[in-house]
Amino acid sequence: MNTNNHYPQDESFRASLNTRYRTANIWQAIFMSALLVALISLMALIYTVIDGAFGYVAFEYKKDPATFTSTPLEKLSKEELLTILKSKLSSGAYKKLDGEQPMQARSQADLYSLFLERLVQLDTKQIWSMTDSILHGAEIKAETAKKYPKAKVEFRSWVSPQFLSSPMSSKAEFAGVRTAILGSLWLVGIALLFALPIGTGAAVYLQEYAPKNWFTNIIQMNINNLAGVPSIVYGMLGLAIFVRVLEPLTSGSIFGVTDSNGRTVFSAGLTMGVLVLPLIIINAQEAIKAVPDSLRQAAYGVGATKWQTVWYHVLPNSIAGILTGSILALSRALGETAPLIIVGASTFISVDPSGPFSKFTALPIQIYQWTTRAQPEFHAIAAGAILILMVLLLTLNATAILLRNRFQRKY
Amino acid sequence: MQNNQTPEYAIETKDLSIHYGSFVAVSNVNIKVERLKITAIIGPSGCGKSTLLRAFNRMNDFVPSSHVTGEILLHGQNLYGKNVDPVQVRRKIGMVFQKPNPFPKSIYENISWGAKINGFKGNMDDLVEQSLRSAALWDEVKDKLKKSAYELSGGQQQRLCIARTIAIQPDIILMDEPASALDPISTLRIEELMQELKKNYTIIIVTHNMQQAARVSDYTAMMMIDDKRSGGVIEFDDTKKIFTRPKDKRTEDYVTGRFG
Amino acid sequence: MNQSRSFDLTKKPRPGESIIQSLLFLAGVLSIFTTLAIVYELGKEAWLFFGNPDVTFAKFFGTTTWQPGIGHFGIWPLVTSTLITSLIAMFVSLPLGLSAAIYLSEYASPRARSALKPVLEILAGIPTVVYGYFALLFMTPLLQSIFGEKVEVYNMASAGIVMGIMILPLISSMSEDALSAVPRVLREGAYAMGATKFETSVQIVLPAALSGIGAAFIIGISRAVGETMIVAIAAGSGPNFTFNPFKAAETMTGHIARISGGDLSYNSIDYNSLFAIALMLFLVTLVLNLVSQWVVNRFRERYE
Repeated sequence: MNTNNHYPQDESFRASLNTRYRTANIWQAIFMSALLVALISLMALIYTVIDGAFGYVAFEYKKDPATFTSTPLEKLSKEELLTILKSKLSSGAYKKLDGEQPMQARSQADLYSLFLERLVQLDTKQIWSMTDSILHGAEIKAETAKKYPKAKVEFRSWVSPQFLSSPMSSKAEFAGVRTAILGSLWLVGIALLFALPIGTGAAVYLQEYAPKNWFTNIIQMNINNLAGVPSIVYGMLGLAIFVRVLEPLTSGSIFGVTDSNGRTVFSAGLTMGVLVLPLIIINAQEAIKAVPDSLRQAAYGVGATKWQTVWYHVLPNSIAGILTGSILALSRALGETAPLIIVGASTFISVDPSGPFSKFTALPIQIYQWTTRAQPEFHAIAAGAILILMVLLLTLNATAILLRNRFQRKY
Repeated sequence: MQNNQTPEYAIETKDLSIHYGSFVAVSNVNIKVERLKITAIIGPSGCGKSTLLRAFNRMNDFVPSSHVTGEILLHGQNLYGKNVDPVQVRRKIGMVFQKPNPFPKSIYENISWGAKINGFKGNMDDLVEQSLRSAALWDEVKDKLKKSAYELSGGQQQRLCIARTIAIQPDIILMDEPASALDPISTLRIEELMQELKKNYTIIIVTHNMQQAARVSDYTAMMMIDDKRSGGVIEFDDTKKIFTRPKDKRTEDYVTGRFG
Repeated sequence: MNQSRSFDLTKKPRPGESIIQSLLFLAGVLSIFTTLAIVYELGKEAWLFFGNPDVTFAKFFGTTTWQPGIGHFGIWPLVTSTLITSLIAMFVSLPLGLSAAIYLSEYASPRARSALKPVLEILAGIPTVVYGYFALLFMTPLLQSIFGEKVEVYNMASAGIVMGIMILPLISSMSEDALSAVPRVLREGAYAMGATKFETSVQIVLPAALSGIGAAFIIGISRAVGETMIVAIAAGSGPNFTFNPFKAAETMTGHIARISGGDLSYNSIDYNSLFAIALMLFLVTLVLNLVSQWVVNRFRERYE
């Protein structure tokens, strides 16, 4: 071999090895920092939401509460509030409210909000983020006293029992998410009723019945592709098929419902069902795949038919996996927004959905609506709604994990 | 040993034991591997042959629970000493694996990669050619150096792995059943190659094939598990002696096929 | 004497079994109908749009104003903003996702893995509308405080970066799968040549997993192109032909969401145009997904 060809020996090799290690350490730090960025992003996101959902509020009463009642505000009873509202509101306005939900049936808190909103006319002057409120509390109070001498300053949690139980309102201070939560529940329920049986059936067909041929391959490839189709395209499909073509069905007109068009919670639920169907199928297939063949052979061995084998052995042993997959698919449906915009979720609606043929709104729709408003108090209630949505999602995911751990079978 | 010259040892072990957690996989090995010879490690499966071999270039480090007691001495330095860098150890002690594992790169790059990371200075084309010639592969691949190594046959891939190992000029080459995944003709070529290589390299080979050990090796270490399921070297001697006049009854049973 | 009686082994019809099998088959092929319905419905409305005598090829690809209602049919403003936001997202998510995958697959101890993986899983589960809120109320102010006035309230950069964070977990988990599918013997081969962990990971394992990582990249693009809520909230509302990422510009998906969210009469050119855009989206993502699946399958064959 050529004498010029050589490897560094001893000292010079050790020196070059040290350089190699230095490069390696730098890169290891870079690789790890990617995860750090992910962690910081997650924390920043959670912080932004929490920061927006709590903080000081400066507000004024346009009319002095004393002109309506001599009782101190915090001591007003339900009856008193009812009398005040009945006498001071115009009869048209009162009737309209009564029509939405009978006044007698409303809670004290609800009536109190109405009192503040309609009569006293609470007017929010300015709001602050949680960080500002904590760090500069005294300055905020001083500044408010100067700018709005009549205003009160109060630390508010924008997520509150009242926020959960109130319907929509055009004023952020009185708006709530009850209508939206109910809408979301209807939506997810309909999606599940549609997608779970069909999805499980499709998975059973593909894993247990389907012959290995080009047609089965196409079905499988198609399902994988559908899982990657943008959700907005499902929205367009829902608009074309469920809202328009199937309008007689989805508006309920063939069942005698007359006051609606196709933009119902039923249409939206079916759209969501179609959207999560591929996910449910793929998850259910995985669950069914995990059932060992020996179990099937044992069933066939005692003379069971194919369906008996599936029904008595395969499904009971994969049901936990199927349900876990379905719950995860549901949490996807719960957070989806774009398809709902397309199939026509109502932007402003204060009536709870009463059945599948109701107009509806949903939590993510409200978050979208409120986030895109210019006024900061709407951003605050958007943050509140996000917190509620995240809690719902966490609950669903925790359920899925518990279910998986509880029923996990080891073969 | 009965050599009249003073034997020169490439590597030796002193009370070497290899542990996985609390389990002792290999216990109390004391062998001296002679330079420029082929030493075979034989024994029934599960006796810790590969574990012992992998201890020589610290490949067991990648098994999280493993640790070693005793010493392995290379030029008087303990490989498991405090400040020893496993990367430097592997630079000096190369390895050829059971299944050919060429890198998913071209034939040329398979050779040049190791040279590059180890700071080779000089003519790379020369090095690649030399290494391939030494591995008796040059004539078969000289026209397709830029092709993927995966286009070669299994036997050719294994010789490529040998070529890439000798390209970085190690002192010792470890071979872990290098022919077990190959057909008889490829096996023969690898065995011939080993005879060539021992002119320049010390070779330690693990094999489950006793005929192979008898054919290629100068020395043989016989391993067997004891009643605690720990492997150990029960006899280490000239290959000829091991196969004709073993001292240990168990070795005799094993090499004559009466084992088990 | 126990003489076994004659026993009929011929096939008997089992109506129950066949009915169930047909139902299961129907459930299985329903997905095919979904795809057909998407193609048919989007195609039908898109056909009406492209069949309109005012919509010419020259106008569609040759002009840069999109206002179907008043006869401007230049698709470019929607396409460029979609490309710009997607590119920014990939610039963020590919290096981060790949680095995270290398760390998790090659470096992290089992304990570190089980502590770090949930971070990515939570990021992957956050609804996109929440990311939209984050883009508008965190990322945009952040960009404004770094780059100053030239960052508009709605801008493509903020939407793109947050979209990148959203896609990061996808890229990282697909790449990690690809990296861990690389056989162990390849790593051992590299270590036996005296390579360091870094050299092994980046020069041997990474190239060996490249096609799987490519597939992740393609799926990532497809996700970015189809993502709606982040861009609808943070990127801007109104088609704007610009290459400046700090300016507001509406993407294809953002445009569909904004127009269909308002009062839209069926059978108008606006309505048809949305389906034309959706059809383009569908075809682009379909091709990307198919390519990615093909790449992944080829990769699998090589190592299994």
